[in-house]
Amino acid sequence: MSNKTLPAWIDIGVIPLINVCMAFAVSGLVILLIGENPIEAVQYILMGAFGYDEGIGYTLYYTTNFIFTGLAVSIAFHAGLFNIGGEGQAYIGGLGVGLMCLSLDSFMPWWALFPFAIAAGAAFGAAWAFIPAYLQAYRGSHVVITTIMFNFIASALMVYLLVNVLIEPGSMAPQTRSIADAATIPSIKELFAGLGIDISNSPLNISIFLALACCVLMWLLLWHTRLGYAIRMIGFNQNAAIYSGINTKRVIVITMCISGAMAAMVGINEVMGAQERVLLDFVAGAGFTGIAVSLMGRNHPIGIVIASLLFGALYQGGAELSFEVANITSDLVVVIQGLVILFCGALSLMIKPGLEKLFIKLTAAKESADV
Amino acid sequence: MQPPAIDLRKINKSFGPVQANKNVNLKVAKGSIHGIIGENGAGKSTLMSILYGFYEADSGEILVNGKLSSIRSSKDAIYAGIGMVHQHFMLIENFSVLENVMLGAELSSSLKESKISAREELQRLSNEFGLAVDPDAITGDLAVGLQQRVEILKALYRGAEILILDEPTGVLTPQEVRQLFEILNALRKRGVSVMLITHKLQEILAITDEVTVMRGGTMVATRETATTTKEELAELMVGRKVLLEVDKTPAKPGKVLLEAKNLTIKDSSGVTRLDNVSLKVHAGEILGIAGVSGNGQTELLDVLSGIVAVQQGSVVLGGCAIDKDNVLNAKDFRHLSLGHVAEDRHKQGMVTDFSARETAIMGFQDEPEFNGRIFMNNKAVTEHCVKLMAEFDVRPGNPHLKSANFSGGNQQKLCIAREMERKPKVLLVGQPTRGVDIGAIEFIHQQVVSLRDAGSAVLVVSVELEEVMSLCDRIIVMFEGRIVGEMAAADADAQKLGLLMGNAGSESDTSAQEITAS
Amino acid sequence: MKRQLIMLTAAVSIASSAMAAELKPAVVFDMGGKFDKSFNQGVYEGVEQFRNETGIKYREFEVTNPSQREQAIRKMAQRKSNPVLAIGFAQATALEKVAKDFPETKFSIIDAVVDLPNVQSIVFKEHEGSFLVGLLAAMKSESKAVSFIGGMDIPLIRRFNCGFAQGAKYAVKDIKVISNMTGSTPSAWNDPVKGGELARSQFDRGSDVVFAAAGGTGIGVYQAAKDAGKFAIGVDSNQNHIHPGTMLTSMIKRVNVAAYNTFKGVQDDTWKAGFNVLGLAEGGVAWAYDEHNKALITAEMKAAVDQAKADIIAGKIVVHDYMSDSKCPSL
Repeated sequence: MSNKTLPAWIDIGVIPLINVCMAFAVSGLVILLIGENPIEAVQYILMGAFGYDEGIGYTLYYTTNFIFTGLAVSIAFHAGLFNIGGEGQAYIGGLGVGLMCLSLDSFMPWWALFPFAIAAGAAFGAAWAFIPAYLQAYRGSHVVITTIMFNFIASALMVYLLVNVLIEPGSMAPQTRSIADAATIPSIKELFAGLGIDISNSPLNISIFLALACCVLMWLLLWHTRLGYAIRMIGFNQNAAIYSGINTKRVIVITMCISGAMAAMVGINEVMGAQERVLLDFVAGAGFTGIAVSLMGRNHPIGIVIASLLFGALYQGGAELSFEVANITSDLVVVIQGLVILFCGALSLMIKPGLEKLFIKLTAAKESADV
Repeated sequence: MQPPAIDLRKINKSFGPVQANKNVNLKVAKGSIHGIIGENGAGKSTLMSILYGFYEADSGEILVNGKLSSIRSSKDAIYAGIGMVHQHFMLIENFSVLENVMLGAELSSSLKESKISAREELQRLSNEFGLAVDPDAITGDLAVGLQQRVEILKALYRGAEILILDEPTGVLTPQEVRQLFEILNALRKRGVSVMLITHKLQEILAITDEVTVMRGGTMVATRETATTTKEELAELMVGRKVLLEVDKTPAKPGKVLLEAKNLTIKDSSGVTRLDNVSLKVHAGEILGIAGVSGNGQTELLDVLSGIVAVQQGSVVLGGCAIDKDNVLNAKDFRHLSLGHVAEDRHKQGMVTDFSARETAIMGFQDEPEFNGRIFMNNKAVTEHCVKLMAEFDVRPGNPHLKSANFSGGNQQKLCIAREMERKPKVLLVGQPTRGVDIGAIEFIHQQVVSLRDAGSAVLVVSVELEEVMSLCDRIIVMFEGRIVGEMAAADADAQKLGLLMGNAGSESDTSAQEITAS
Repeated sequence: MKRQLIMLTAAVSIASSAMAAELKPAVVFDMGGKFDKSFNQGVYEGVEQFRNETGIKYREFEVTNPSQREQAIRKMAQRKSNPVLAIGFAQATALEKVAKDFPETKFSIIDAVVDLPNVQSIVFKEHEGSFLVGLLAAMKSESKAVSFIGGMDIPLIRRFNCGFAQGAKYAVKDIKVISNMTGSTPSAWNDPVKGGELARSQFDRGSDVVFAAAGGTGIGVYQAAKDAGKFAIGVDSNQNHIHPGTMLTSMIKRVNVAAYNTFKGVQDDTWKAGFNVLGLAEGGVAWAYDEHNKALITAEMKAAVDQAKADIIAGKIVVHDYMSDSKCPSL
């Protein structure tokens, strides 16, 4: 009944903005409580995230990861599935990317290796999502539970492989050898250097373009193909999908595989780009952040890009904040991030009824004034 | 003179730009049965929700027994002596009747004491109003009519003197309806005021003292029931003259186009839902399936349309035998020239979150005309929807509007348009006019008849007896998954069908009487 | 102006590279954070001690994801922090990159080796200390079975495990050594509940002395040992005081001392690049003997462990290092 009352620009523009502001207001209170200046803190966050080239580089580097995982969560959402397993799928996907790169890096330059690495990562990520998907579709095991479990399995598997199998001989750290320089994808720094512009070092690399391309592909898939039509129908109303003769089980499995493959692209950014090797825990929570990103971005690629940018800025700005202000520890930065997720995700509709009333009053006043 | 039990004055309520109630005034006399009638979206439910405290009115006053009352929650409403029996019962199925009645209104913090006093009170109410129910029966095991009694008892137990009944007869057999009306009469005699919300003109005329007609959020008229007619009420509801009878020529049945042979379906918990059902539908006839809802009609439609796989027996359609070794899905059935208008469009027949154009290709999403090599041909999809909307008079004719934002009748027209557009040889129609306004009913019936006249076989499932009798040529009655009777529509009347529909309804009658006796 | 300033700074630093007022130390903690009840915390205690004694403040940063390692170390160097102390083997790669870009800055790294002229690599011979506590455990055991609980399953912890097993078997040839790792994610460092469960299951399998090298997880292990009337061995710092009578001893790894010495060394101008391997001989690892566990250590045990320590220092006993070949002959 209340789905038509607010214009879209309020729904997807103003409400998230107010939510972010509220999150910052509460964070400000917390910062005030520990005796620091909240305005200064916000300045540090903003300057750290957008104030200089290295900061922007890091912000966009995080953004890249979040776009991938956000898209991964969102496509599953469209089919009514809650894929909590982005973390594990990205981890295993990175393994695929790493294996492909490590076995071919002495023969191929990066641009030749790139499609193979993407394919390998996607295949590994999809395979990791396939099992929970199959169990959901054909055996009725809930995908939320199985994907969570698969995160743990992925983690254990990767530790085993990195400690016992893939470890660089003689290395203290459980990580593979680094991928040959020629086989890693160019960083944005190198790209700019090619244009004669010198920018600071950051892990940002060309996988951000891959991320943006994935957004477009996802949009096309969901709203311009039969598969997308079927995915969305299953998400909205599974009975209607069966009524329409859609093989819902098959589509569920395919959707989860796409979701896993999308999450696995984090491996391209990290393994082939930023870290240039496979190492422990390189996903670092991006898979979980993707859930918040997807929620905030209303499962739409454009929204996901914006939400990813916000979270990227929070990560980088937050690091900057805890670097600059001794009293603000990394835990407090997590608190601030948590508040943003709380207000934008869990409480995202909290202010909607009030805003609706206000809007109706305002438009009513305007109409009567017009009369 | 006594003040009216309910006196609503200038009630206004809007949801965004939609004004659901406009300056509504309504008086309900004490100890009377007051009918409120109107099409879907006329504002009946909103008005009752305001009265029961679910919504707050934007402006206006509510007087209960002449006293200005502020009703902000259902608790306030109960306190003011208003009780409500919802269309969908608010009962906990695995609680006993007694527990359901006392739930939330326990008299003591000790459960045992509460039960003892509640049992006494329940006994008193049962005797006073003739509402016999076994207090220890598990609610879920009771027949629907008895569950409804529990709902009424629940309201009375909380001291209700004004009872709102929202579409109470939708799920009842004719016999159960008769019993309900007896109860309402008893309530009226004891001074309880009843507000009866319905869209069935027949019932209004049968039981009410006064009737109020709503249309488009406003009160159109209030009539003394004795002075009005069905035709007048229909005209007031729709705002123009309506044809209540279906205008059709006698059927000329041809060869069999759809046949079910010994179909048996068990659900996931092993309960038999469809029990050895065989039937034939001929070209050029409309076969009606009558029955109280939940007696296997849904399963029959599902298996005849490929939604549920055949487990035992077979379906013969378009020269193709479908059985458990030859499983086809809904899309394959459509390719055998079958159209299927789902019983429950919100659950099956459409996706309320889709735009109309997306809803309009459901089931045909893989057809080449809507697809390019990789991408869908969105232009063709939109044009298709525009065409359907024009042919079937769907309003507003905006293919990009969200399906949920169409009225029930227009949603149904869109679904029927989609299923009839390809002139299917066989058309299954579940509840053709559920939640559809009278104006659209006429149109839908005409369309179904014209398809029959063009030589298609039509199978209609409906819980509305009148509809089955007037629309169909031949009628089959289902009870507990079995076919319990068949007759030509011309030979059918409500009494005959009702008896068949209630097959075991007579049993529950006797059990109810036994309790009264004891 | 700026250039002059830089030249001036350079001149001063040549004249006296360690004027106290100039010292701007920095530390980059690894994932887990400075209160990880494990070795990040040991570092934290060391640098705090330095601050309290000298009044010199230090910059700090807690890494929360892998790419922040290089970012933080680089930022410290850019801000002219000197020395920069990096914690943990995971920071080695990042430190290597940054140290090349800032040859003037002194870097130290704990638990990893980075071979650059301006980097001091501090590593501990945990296997040696573990050998000693393994020996004590075996001598104390009446059931002829001892056990090990590691935190996260990484080579470093296997080094503890391997040293412990060697020590136990050195003392009692046919003793049974049960080993378990708590988990495969960093949360394994702080899971006392699971630690307790693992300890109980090891007791069920016959062990009566358990050595936990698992950070905060150890707390649960010690509690379980106390409840079951068994013995436990602490790790990293001296944890004997936690449950006197239950804590047989602790394998001390003096991370705090190493961290303190890094800052202090730069202040006193004694800091040197290169390897700094801290074993029994250097006092980097040790077994704890104090008033809390005096009663548990018999004279015979003390004599044996002191002898073993002397033999290791003298090279008569060679404790195999798991990380040298990723193998443990005693397990």
